[in-house]
Amino acid sequence: MVEPAAEGKPRAKVEVRDLTIRYGAKAALANASFEIRENEIFGIVGPAGSGKTSFLRVLNRMDQFVPEMETEGQVLIDGNDIDRWRNLYALRRRIGVVFPLPVGLPLSVYDNVALSPRLSGVRKKVDLDVIVERCLTRAALWDEVKDRLDSLGSLLSGGQQQRLTIARALSQDPDLLLLDEFSIAVDPVTTMRIEDVLKDLRDEMTIVLVTNLVQQAARLADRTAFFLTGELVEVGETEALFGGKSEDERTRGYLAGRFG
Amino acid sequence: MSSRDPGQAAALDRRDLAWYVDKLAQILVFIGGISGIILILGIFVFIGSEGLPFIVSKLNIGEFFTSPLWRPTSEANPTYGILALMAGTASVTGLAMVVAVPFSLGAAIYIAEFARGRTREVLKVLVEMLAAIPSVVWGFIGLSIMNPVIIKLFNVPVGLNVLNAGFILGLMAAPIMTTIAEDALKAVPEGYREAAEAMGATRWQVVRNVVLPAAKSGLVAAVLLGVGRGFGETMAVLMASGHSINLPTSPFDSVRALTATIAAELGETAVGSDHYRVLFTLGILLFLVTFVINLTADLVVRGIGKK
Repeated sequence: MVEPAAEGKPRAKVEVRDLTIRYGAKAALANASFEIRENEIFGIVGPAGSGKTSFLRVLNRMDQFVPEMETEGQVLIDGNDIDRWRNLYALRRRIGVVFPLPVGLPLSVYDNVALSPRLSGVRKKVDLDVIVERCLTRAALWDEVKDRLDSLGSLLSGGQQQRLTIARALSQDPDLLLLDEFSIAVDPVTTMRIEDVLKDLRDEMTIVLVTNLVQQAARLADRTAFFLTGELVEVGETEALFGGKSEDERTRGYLAGRFG
Repeated sequence: MSSRDPGQAAALDRRDLAWYVDKLAQILVFIGGISGIILILGIFVFIGSEGLPFIVSKLNIGEFFTSPLWRPTSEANPTYGILALMAGTASVTGLAMVVAVPFSLGAAIYIAEFARGRTREVLKVLVEMLAAIPSVVWGFIGLSIMNPVIIKLFNVPVGLNVLNAGFILGLMAAPIMTTIAEDALKAVPEGYREAAEAMGATRWQVVRNVVLPAAKSGLVAAVLLGVGRGFGETMAVLMASGHSINLPTSPFDSVRALTATIAAELGETAVGSDHYRVLFTLGILLFLVTFVINLTADLVVRGIGKK
């Protein structure tokens, strides 16, 4: 059962309790506890190897692709422990993921976006057409590809492919969207366009934004967490954190660009 | 231009041991590479020179391809019709593919996409071991195991027939096809699978919607190479097919294959006789067909690279 939100307090979308992620003997994240609130953009910053990507993998239980990965602790989505969801696929269908390097599946642009609806049983061409156009439009890609929906998705440019993967994630109609350093292979102009898209999407879903770019977190995130070599150093309102009000020396140093 | 230091110039000009070893290695490798080409050309010239004069001067091409009568040893009126032989080869190969394609694709998908860890390694080794079984052993299985089984099961007088040979040939071709098909599936980037699974696709949905379409040309090539294998196989087919000239009308008819005919008859013919030469003509035909099949498979595989 999901508890109704208390008056005035934003509801938690994801609750993380004492989460530890291990690869063999090495801990990628140790004893992290925090919550991600509904309809916020939650930024996660930190240098490489801080456990950011590992955390995203735990959220949609993609740990099977990493043989050594083990987790302890609890992650609750909408109050439900994700380890108890028997239908792993149903969990993943609610969660959209955008990877650092765009993965245009070797299908046409249309089929890339229509794949997820098809997998969940949408068969009629008219319905699919509507979904494809809506998702591509919202990912700011429709105008560029509407005349070549039949060409291979993997032939698009890097920036277009990344927007294609965002459209594909949106086609799942997710209530949680995970972005893992989406701008690594994207030019600055496209990055800004995608950032605008994300700001609009906040009304409909909860977004977790893992980024190496501190400034990107500052622009987008409502609240930000700082991960450092497997430790959750701090979570707080982005403005407070970036306003130099952090109590932690390391956070201030990283956000100011003194290391990392 | 002269060097300021004569000693250094001499050192630069001296051929040391490494220089000679390098030259020697180059020559050896060159011989190795070129000999393959020479051998192939040699075989082609040999078969051609033994068969071509006969094709040009004596062979009735129309009869050759359309007559089912293969009577090369008739004293009065020898006929060289290969229709029945081609039908024999085609029916056995066709049945073999019906057996081998589902088997090998299923095995390849299981090994590449579903099996994990030890299971997978063990299976891969086993499949490769299956591919190494000599064809005469398969023929032996056809002769001594399949034959009585077919007689009992279907209540037919002879168990050496299209069914037997096709089945044996299918089992024979399956391991190679499995290995090639598995390679094609493994060549599909892991990122595709991960992206599709992250969307909530089940393993089977990933295989069906993403992996199979991406590996399509490699899989087609695997099947084509299997066909080529079946077409050229001799010993197992000779032993399991019954080796009697027939236009097959049911899987229980005995047939004779092109390859088996050459193997069985060439030793019995006088060198230079018409019979001898017509067998070489069969050789040319087989050579051409396998060549075309392999070439097609090769072109299909290259098709992947172009995308």
